[in-house]
Amino acid sequence: MSVDAATVRRIAHLARIAVSEGEVPHLQGELNAMLAFVEQLSEVNVEGVEPMTSVTPMQMKKRQDLVDDGEIADDIVANAPATEGHFFLVPKVVE
Amino acid sequence: MTDLTSLTLAEARKGLAAKTFTSLELTDAHLSAIEAARVLNAFVMETPDRARDMARAVDEKIARGDAGPLAGIPLGIKDLFATKGVRTTACSKILGNFVPTYESTVTSQLWRDGAVMLGKLNNDEFAMGSANETSCFGPVGNPWRREGSNTTLVPGGSSGGSASAVAALLCMGATATDTGGSIRQPAAFTATVGIKPTYGRCSRWGIVAFASSLDQAGPIARSVRDAAMLLRSMAGHDPKDTTSVDVPVPDYEAAIGKSVKGMKIGIPKEYRLDGMPAEIEKLWSEGAAWLKAAGAELVEVSLPHTKYALPAYYIVAPAEASSNLARYDGVRYGLREQGKNINELYENTRAEGFGAEVRRRVMIGTYVLSAGYYDAYYLRAQKVRTLIKKDFEDCFAKGIDAILTPATPSAAFGIGEKGGADPVEMYLNDIFTVTVNMAGLPGIAVPSGKDAQGLPLGLQLIGRPFDEETLFSLGEVIEQAAGRFTPARWW
Repeated sequence: MSVDAATVRRIAHLARIAVSEGEVPHLQGELNAMLAFVEQLSEVNVEGVEPMTSVTPMQMKKRQDLVDDGEIADDIVANAPATEGHFFLVPKVVE
Repeated sequence: MTDLTSLTLAEARKGLAAKTFTSLELTDAHLSAIEAARVLNAFVMETPDRARDMARAVDEKIARGDAGPLAGIPLGIKDLFATKGVRTTACSKILGNFVPTYESTVTSQLWRDGAVMLGKLNNDEFAMGSANETSCFGPVGNPWRREGSNTTLVPGGSSGGSASAVAALLCMGATATDTGGSIRQPAAFTATVGIKPTYGRCSRWGIVAFASSLDQAGPIARSVRDAAMLLRSMAGHDPKDTTSVDVPVPDYEAAIGKSVKGMKIGIPKEYRLDGMPAEIEKLWSEGAAWLKAAGAELVEVSLPHTKYALPAYYIVAPAEASSNLARYDGVRYGLREQGKNINELYENTRAEGFGAEVRRRVMIGTYVLSAGYYDAYYLRAQKVRTLIKKDFEDCFAKGIDAILTPATPSAAFGIGEKGGADPVEMYLNDIFTVTVNMAGLPGIAVPSGKDAQGLPLGLQLIGRPFDEETLFSLGEVIEQAAGRFTPARWW
């Protein structure tokens, strides 16, 4: 499989990465090189094989449903580019 | 007094305990070495004041006699580990001047045991790279050069700063991370020892995530014993990482010097690649001969799905990366590029903040997870991953204790020499290491010889899950036979 220019633009939008028209042909070439490389996986017989979900066989750990952290709003917003009090500021989302 | 920077960690520990020198003296010696080696670009942030404060505090503890196992040992920390109050960037513009308000579990355990932080080390952006060329702080120089040449070579990646700093004697050891070979490949390129432990051995909490099912932390060190000492402090169960495994951490150092007599060492025929340089082949046979001379038994084994590990990795790792890196959106931390609306803000921030390699991987990851392609790519890759793991399980079920392979398909290369036209050319560096991440196994790279141009080469040992001890025992046999390698200082 390979991707065309329209697909490159669509992927870029899905990934929320702005891509200029000039970058599309180059990116298309690189993505297609990677897709050509992974193409060899199609020759592997995977019938009846379970997809891996956990590389180390282990039970999912659980914990008590208790609050064990928090009250650190200052820390949470400490590195934000724009804040007001304990809120993150973003451009208007809802009209 | 001998130059304090030339000691191994084990030797320094003895000197500190005997009060031959203080941690402050040892730390100062390394801080001076760092200053004199800035041309290598191994450190992206030096923290000399903090280092001296930590050293003074630990000297008091040593005087009182309540020092931890790494008391007074100055280390470098890969910039992927969150360090409280010290800028942590993953060497990406998108994290900007991010200053964590918390400490990664692995580094907190090193400080608990008395280690001293010298600064933060360069790496490939988000650990995506095999040459440390994708860092937003620029490439790292390898202390090794080809005989009679002034060309600066790459130290490998992604833990290139860690490997370069340890090899150049700027720190006594360093933290590193390995997703597809990022500890073992740079270790092999710089004649240092690097171990990626079993998945789940070290907590991932507080380490900038790349591909969560593959990422593991481990040390890069000057000797096998040093690596064992560092891993003991770094490893251990952490409730904050649900994939961290609750099993006791052995005293890895006790495994060093243990007899390897009767151990069965697998030599996988699929690692004998067409067109493999003769000197890599020779190194591999020499390593096998050393283990045999120490009493181990060599067995040819088959890992039939080896060739599919790298392509499967280049689906699984970008897929996980595209998901993990979704958090860098210009809202909660790091860089923000303005936009007319929230979507433009995201898109502009991520276009400006991510470098070319990261953008490429996030996009391929987005594609293989997108509707209509998930089954063909991602699901198939995860099935192939099951088969890769099964290859190893079958091998270990036959009584194999460890597997010996070359660590890399070549020695270090020049900056800008690889991957310019086709990214896959660079990816092939990890062909021998990536299988280990796909199967969650431990792997160690040990310096084993030099190529015709005088550049170091390494061998890799792959172990059973949670059997790092066997790797340390076997690794030390190779180290004893091969000797230690130190680069001639040119910086």
